[in-house]
Amino acid sequence: MISDLFSLTVLLGIISSGIRLATPYLFASIGEAFSQRSGVLNLGVEGQMILGAFTAFYVVMNTENLLLGVLAAMGVGALMGLAMGFVSITLQAQQGISGIGFYLFGLGMSNLLFQLLVGTVETVSGFPKVPLPILSDIPVIGELFFDHNILVYLAFLIVPIASFVLNKTNLGLKIRSVGENPEAADSLGVSVSKVRYFTTIFGGAMSGLSGASLSIALLNVFQLGMTAGQGFIAVALVYFGAWRPWGVLAGALLFSLVNGLQLWIQVLGINIPSEFAVMMPYILTIFVLTLSRSKYGAPSALTKPFEREG
Amino acid sequence: MKSRLNAILDALLPLFATLAALLVGAIMLIILDVNPLVAYGALLNGAFGSSNALAETLVKATPLLLVGLGICIAYRGNVINIGGEGQMIVGAIVATWFGLRYTNMPGWLMITLAMMLGALAGAVWGGIPGVLKAYFNVNEILSTVMMNAIAVQLLNFVLTGPMIDPIQSEKASQIPQTARLEEAYRLPRLVPTRLHLGALIAVGLAILVYFLLWRTTLGYRIRSVGQNKFASRYAGIKVERYIIIALMLSGALAGLAGVTQVYGVNFRMITDGSTSGFTGRAGYNGIVAALFGSLHPIITIPASILFGALLVGANTMQRVTQVPSALITALNGLVVVFVVSSEIWRKKRQQKRLTIAIEDQEFDEFSNEIPGHSVEEAS
Repeated sequence: MISDLFSLTVLLGIISSGIRLATPYLFASIGEAFSQRSGVLNLGVEGQMILGAFTAFYVVMNTENLLLGVLAAMGVGALMGLAMGFVSITLQAQQGISGIGFYLFGLGMSNLLFQLLVGTVETVSGFPKVPLPILSDIPVIGELFFDHNILVYLAFLIVPIASFVLNKTNLGLKIRSVGENPEAADSLGVSVSKVRYFTTIFGGAMSGLSGASLSIALLNVFQLGMTAGQGFIAVALVYFGAWRPWGVLAGALLFSLVNGLQLWIQVLGINIPSEFAVMMPYILTIFVLTLSRSKYGAPSALTKPFEREG
Repeated sequence: MKSRLNAILDALLPLFATLAALLVGAIMLIILDVNPLVAYGALLNGAFGSSNALAETLVKATPLLLVGLGICIAYRGNVINIGGEGQMIVGAIVATWFGLRYTNMPGWLMITLAMMLGALAGAVWGGIPGVLKAYFNVNEILSTVMMNAIAVQLLNFVLTGPMIDPIQSEKASQIPQTARLEEAYRLPRLVPTRLHLGALIAVGLAILVYFLLWRTTLGYRIRSVGQNKFASRYAGIKVERYIIIALMLSGALAGLAGVTQVYGVNFRMITDGSTSGFTGRAGYNGIVAALFGSLHPIITIPASILFGALLVGANTMQRVTQVPSALITALNGLVVVFVVSSEIWRKKRQQKRLTIAIEDQEFDEFSNEIPGHSVEEAS
């Protein structure tokens, strides 16, 4: 019944799943926000995520060391970010399309490696829930916000840090200036390509972390193509959030809450075909992208390679 | 002479890029302790080794070419259509529904109508991102990706619900597929293999797209909008309209690709529940083929055949060497990356040519001032 949706338990359930599901989006979108703010559109997020997800899963399966899994995933993501940086910064290639190339590469590689090294569906013991002392004892709120695995906390913690770095630090100023007016930044002695390399590598590492959050924290399993387009949505959320970390947070939460709602609709067996429920977040994203005026505030040099005159 | 050499080098760049990708693949194969020559030999043999193999390659190439042609059009209008997957799906859904709903029609009539409807559905699916881009400034890369996800859900819905094969709906297995189209509705076979008329239609359309882009006002305007939106607007071209048209044409061709998969290959719609269960990722691989074909409709023909061959050969390679065919997906990705990366050399040479041309011109002007020495005579 539809009315079941409005009971307190279900509402809390939706919010709680929404918070958990926002994790991979937050990591990937914040990373992507950095690279886009510096002028590089990395459309290969999906590929970096899935390869990161596999790497984390594989490392944890063999070593049972979660930290190592996370670091390995970030390393693989960073390597792919470096490759993306080389292609789009040094070789000045078309970013939208090279991103699709990296997507196919990551998808194929993760698929290949999984079949060669793992073969069957296996689960790993991923990050356990860590209820925060005292905070998690608060009724309702404690359960909602303070009873998650460590990567969930980390994802939410990164938002204010990212916002601070972008807006209040010298590094952030460099990133923004390189994305808005690379010529001016260059004339002031900022190395445009160095900053852009930094952001694409950082973005790649974050996408890898995002993949890890799926395979060793949220689901604790690796499946072929398990990211299922989440990397592309992470890119969309950057537009949605108007290239600001707090905006990205709002977008990720909205998207994952709708996703949580969709899950609960299926759990409760409400008479909507599950396919339509799964569709909702995508329709919502298109809808919001259409209505938001903020998309006009894109970094001026986004997707434009920089070349010194003369 | 030199300019011809340059032109040849430009045209060969994608080939070098592919060779580079295959080289990376060879290194990976060596790491996997597989002789790359054996693996690539199996691939080649699987793709071209017999008339059946060749036919399979062409069958696989057909949707790639159709999607790729759409990419050529969109790209010339400076829109990037990642939505081939979704456009194929909706095109196929509408055409299949029509074919199952109306029985006992003459085959040629049904096939024509189904293709038109499928193309129309694809055009609508591509047109939505077009309108959103033209009037609401929504990035078409993102909206087409979202439209893909929506189409996949639509596909899963109709194949498990309203359009499920009545036989399957009674069985416990519930394979997500529709009923079979009647025999008369199938695209005619060209030779006694699985090669169907759709391949010829695709080649015909490639020529048509070439004429559209370079010999018609519509094509001129699409290209003009693609090259410089502001100048086009200044020249009185309704930029928004041509952005939408470019995406609609692109979607129509992808929709048609979906129709050929149903009417030419499987005679029903079937999926395995994964996102690429129906399309086999042709919506993405078509982009790869078009890029490889320098976004030129005619060169996209051999490019599609090459990638069709890779896809078909990958399966043989998997059988012979036990290396998962996913390797080829990864290599396809590398080809894309290498092709777009190699553009820089083309641009650099172009720039050099331009500088040389300007210097020559300056020289000519100078030499014209010398009495008794004119360039016309010299050249």
